[in-house]
Amino acid sequence: MIGLNHYLIVAGLLFAIGLIGVIRRRNLLMLFFATEIMLNAANVAFAAISHYYNDLSGQMFAFFIVAIAASEVAIGLGLLILLYKKQGTLDLDDLATMKG
Amino acid sequence: MFEQIAFYLFSILTIGLFLVTVFSNNILYAMTSLASGMVLIAGFFFLNGADFLGVVQLIVYVGAVMALYAFGMMFFNVTKTIKENNTSNVTVFVLGVSIALLMVLMFAAPISPEVIFVSAAPEPNATNPEAVGLVLFTKYLVPFEVAAVMLLIAMIGGIILAGKKMDQSLTKTDDENIIQKDIK
Repeated sequence: MIGLNHYLIVAGLLFAIGLIGVIRRRNLLMLFFATEIMLNAANVAFAAISHYYNDLSGQMFAFFIVAIAASEVAIGLGLLILLYKKQGTLDLDDLATMKG
Repeated sequence: MFEQIAFYLFSILTIGLFLVTVFSNNILYAMTSLASGMVLIAGFFFLNGADFLGVVQLIVYVGAVMALYAFGMMFFNVTKTIKENNTSNVTVFVLGVSIALLMVLMFAAPISPEVIFVSAAPEPNATNPEAVGLVLFTKYLVPFEVAAVMLLIAMIGGIILAGKKMDQSLTKTDDENIIQKDIK
């Protein structure tokens, strides 16, 4: 029988994968992908909790997370395109222009 | 029985695909595995009875967000593999330990059962999309409108950011420079 804990463990694992990506990768596009993974993990946890408590609030939060992720991608990709046109690279280490 | 098979299949495949996304050195591989992982995440939503959320996940994430990334690929040089300096071990160690401590604090935080209550119970005889609509347009109407305004602002921002100097492409300016050099 699949219970709430199963879903929460999977969500935690997915979130950890996203977190590893954010810490380890240096490419900005890969950082965006890792962020999407983390948002999806949170959505899985919200949907599971919403099901097992018989409460729709979790699904509502998941909807708003999806909306926020969509707008984040729109703005973020615009910024990435500008950055790539200006610098020719997406590496985080090349962005340290404010280093004294 | 089938629920268990579906759950384990979905979780193994999702974790594997997202691991490919995080550790791959090719952006196209990462994007493709991310998209297929999103499809399987929708399977979790269907398993939990959140039909409408699953459909939204398929349309918005797999349809819109991944298509946006695919269009963004046109601007980046995706064929070459990414070379990146890995973060120093000290940084990874410090961040990992602090995140683990944070997780322990979060899971060990005392939660009293009285503060957990059902705030938006679904209608008894309604299907999931109906119940979602009833709650979304009554209790969560103001956040819904704010999210709509936020999406509009994001759309305008995306157009202005990415559309700036859209008429002069990178390759074209290179060609023009070459032609000018030849003239000189």
